[in-house]
Amino acid sequence: MRIVVDLNRCQGYAQCVFLAHEVFRLSGDETLTYEPNPDDEQRLRVQRAAAACPVQAIVIDRLEGAERSVTP
Amino acid sequence: MAEETPWQQSLRYANRANPYPFYEELRKTPVARQPDGSYVVSTYREVVQLLHDLRVTSDPRKRPEPDQPDNPLEGSIITVDPPQHDVDRRRMTRHFGPPECPHMVADFEPEIRRLTAELLDQMEGKTRIDLVDEFAFPLPATMICKVLGVPLEAIPLFHDWIETALDGIDFGPEANDPEQQRRAQRVPDAVTGIRQFLADLLHQYAEQPGPGMYSAMVNDDGPEGRLPQDVIISDALLLLFAGHETSVNLIAHSVLTMLRHPHVHEQLRHQPELLVPGIEEFLRLESSVQIWHTRAALEDIDIAGTTIPKGAPLFIAYGSANRDPERFENPDEPHIERPDNQHVGFSQGIHYCFGAPLARLEVQIALGEFLRRVENPRLVEDPPPYRRNQIFRGPRHVLLDIDGIRD
Amino acid sequence: MTVPAMVAEVVRKFRANARIVIVGASLAGLRAAETLREEGFSGPLTIIGDEPHEPYDRPPLSKQVLKGWVPADHTKLPRLREVDAQWRLGVAATGLDRATKQVRLEDGEQVPYDRVLIATGTRARQWPNPAEAALEGVYTLRSRDDAARLQQALAARPSRVLIIGAGFIGSEMASVCRELDLPVTVAERGSAPLVGALGGVIGEIAAEMQRDHGVDLRCGVGVSSLEGDADGHVRRARFSDGTTVEADVVVASLGSIRNVEWLEGSGLASGFWGVGCDAGGRAFDINGVVTDSVYVAGDVARAPHVLYEYQFLAMEHWDNAVLGAQAAAHNMVNLEPHYRPHLLLPGFWSGQFGVNIKSVGVPSFGDEIVFTQGSVEERRFAAAYGRRGRIVAAVTFNHGKWLEYYGQLIEESGPFPPPPPGWDRPDDTKPIPAQFPELGVPTAIPEVVLTGHDPSERKAVFRPRR
Repeated sequence: MRIVVDLNRCQGYAQCVFLAHEVFRLSGDETLTYEPNPDDEQRLRVQRAAAACPVQAIVIDRLEGAERSVTP
Repeated sequence: MAEETPWQQSLRYANRANPYPFYEELRKTPVARQPDGSYVVSTYREVVQLLHDLRVTSDPRKRPEPDQPDNPLEGSIITVDPPQHDVDRRRMTRHFGPPECPHMVADFEPEIRRLTAELLDQMEGKTRIDLVDEFAFPLPATMICKVLGVPLEAIPLFHDWIETALDGIDFGPEANDPEQQRRAQRVPDAVTGIRQFLADLLHQYAEQPGPGMYSAMVNDDGPEGRLPQDVIISDALLLLFAGHETSVNLIAHSVLTMLRHPHVHEQLRHQPELLVPGIEEFLRLESSVQIWHTRAALEDIDIAGTTIPKGAPLFIAYGSANRDPERFENPDEPHIERPDNQHVGFSQGIHYCFGAPLARLEVQIALGEFLRRVENPRLVEDPPPYRRNQIFRGPRHVLLDIDGIRD
Repeated sequence: MTVPAMVAEVVRKFRANARIVIVGASLAGLRAAETLREEGFSGPLTIIGDEPHEPYDRPPLSKQVLKGWVPADHTKLPRLREVDAQWRLGVAATGLDRATKQVRLEDGEQVPYDRVLIATGTRARQWPNPAEAALEGVYTLRSRDDAARLQQALAARPSRVLIIGAGFIGSEMASVCRELDLPVTVAERGSAPLVGALGGVIGEIAAEMQRDHGVDLRCGVGVSSLEGDADGHVRRARFSDGTTVEADVVVASLGSIRNVEWLEGSGLASGFWGVGCDAGGRAFDINGVVTDSVYVAGDVARAPHVLYEYQFLAMEHWDNAVLGAQAAAHNMVNLEPHYRPHLLLPGFWSGQFGVNIKSVGVPSFGDEIVFTQGSVEERRFAAAYGRRGRIVAAVTFNHGKWLEYYGQLIEESGPFPPPPPGWDRPDDTKPIPAQFPELGVPTAIPEVVLTGHDPSERKAVFRPRR
């Protein structure tokens, strides 16, 4: 799956790290890094994280499974 | 006698089940001065703004008025400002979440599932249950004991103290009623009781370390040292009490909301994955912490066409902000796939709910299993009887008729 | 038919039949395409990108990718909706002909358009000496492929990494090297890291952070040459002060160059600083007249900003790409009075050495700085930038939860210094000079001359290059 975090919005509440710690990591007080294309088995955890984000900064691909139709 | 303001009316016990029409009135003045000189902030934008305002204190000790009631949480992270707040919160987070303990809450998931199953198993054969006593309360209460390291046998004891203390606090026009005065008189003993209980427990852990956060907190020698002696009991009390009260109310309210809106119940039964955003929506709709009362202005603050004068106490009305139509379309209706649901059910800013991840996990599992296993639940009375407290608003009991419990 | 009804009909037909071309297949290009479809545009849409990859996110490259946690190809951007576009990836645009309304591609193809969006972004400035730049072990970091190569080089555990340039990317790379426990030297011409973006006062704090984490930081020196061994692998760097450093990985982090060369001859107001456009993303032609069919978004756009005295600002920030693209795309398929301005309050973040640095506003627009909250010593603080008694920007180190308070002050053009907080005041709350370096004089600015005498004939032209 694909995600992106709007780190301008992110205020370091780290709720995503609690809920999906294999996808989101915190270093120091509030520096968030994450795996932008996590395995599908992380889906439920990532959805929990996105729903829990206090500033709604986590964007999940809305075309999951659909044809992305990128042809070079 | 002067007519009561919408705020005062919303605080009356008779309106506990449905304070929302009064909030609607209240929001017509986003920051409304009350007869006692306090200010109520009820609109989303202004609530969020003041939660991030550097001129707002959370510490009642910084208020000018001399005769304040004792604050049972004095010195705890929810009633102090930076830098003390930040240091103490980090001292506690070290034992609860990232960066040091990123998977502690997630690791509790099997335990939450086991306990949820057990509570539902115990309802087998029944046709009527009390959702609060048999489900919504025991799950979070047991879990917080395990997280903190409180013996399970102590649950009835601290439950009673907490109920007594909560019943005795009233910010509304009924505060001076004789009956309420009697309730208020019982508060100090209850607070003393629970604080002594916690002092003993922490002392015990200092002597003999054990499992859970309390032991870690008293024995920790992290980079910023231990929590100071004079605040550790307040913080322990905050964790214990806020660590389950709010989840109890959220579970009860979520079931209430589902049963009041059969289409929502149906939708969630067929698409359980929607529970994740659904619970956020239930929390927006029926916020477990309706108001918070310890903030005050340290300077004159110009906001929403008014000036909050220096020293004025502030009430932050989360429950109202979460139903502000300027922010949430059709705010009184549950919309479980509501886009951009940036509610303030867990507050925002530095005082964002410490235990939110645990609460979310508990409620997601509890609701998911309730939906899956409880057959044809029906509300026996609506609205159910509510507890008195205005901050931690929730039903005292929710009686349900059920057809049975599935495996 | 009333005039508004006629206009609505024009817009409807345009959205059904027009041809739109987006040049640039990164964050801005993708978000623009999605917005066009969201706005009801159903005509043919072509997206042209010089990289062979579908749109990916760049900020992770200098952090989790370089560290080796996330593979470089795991940075594909999520889609907000289907775009139903013809993707021309791996082929660069080489020209824009506004007379015939065609984009020329490097393979010779001409793609016709009714509206075109320029979102070609920037590229890394290469090490200026081509022979030295060609040495093995010399890298730059901008693209996903760059990141993959550099990550491999770091994973091979070089004896020392030299990073030339201590801007945000350079500093983040240094931080990753230290996390990987690699010896690293950072050479910065300026007085301290991050001075261009945040000024010398904050730069000094950033310098201490680097040194505390074991970075061999050398400020005020340039690298005069890179030396290779017999196999053509870089081994040594010689500094302007005569000293040398042995390093087998060298990263030139010298900032970015805007990708505008392909616009030469297009008659647009493009050059070193980007492509000039109005606040709605409509490109200016060379005369400063707004065009109707050419739009600009992302790093390459340069537009006047209401909050900053209407000065033209180019903002190489993530949210500028997203929001600028969305505004431009909206305007591409709408007419007055439905144009939308892109009135971004700029913001950026950088994670380095365990500290989250965030900023809002335009720090370099300020000439003074004041610490407003927290403790510099602990690297947990907020500071505000001011100019002529107004707050214009703020920066936080591990204090991100407070940033929106400053954002609001900036939007309201609040006073500087801002009202002090009620608690956690720093020891010193006196404004001091922010110490931004003088803006360098760019060497490659095209010269523009005016020609013609009759007012109807007057026009600007680029002076031909000699």
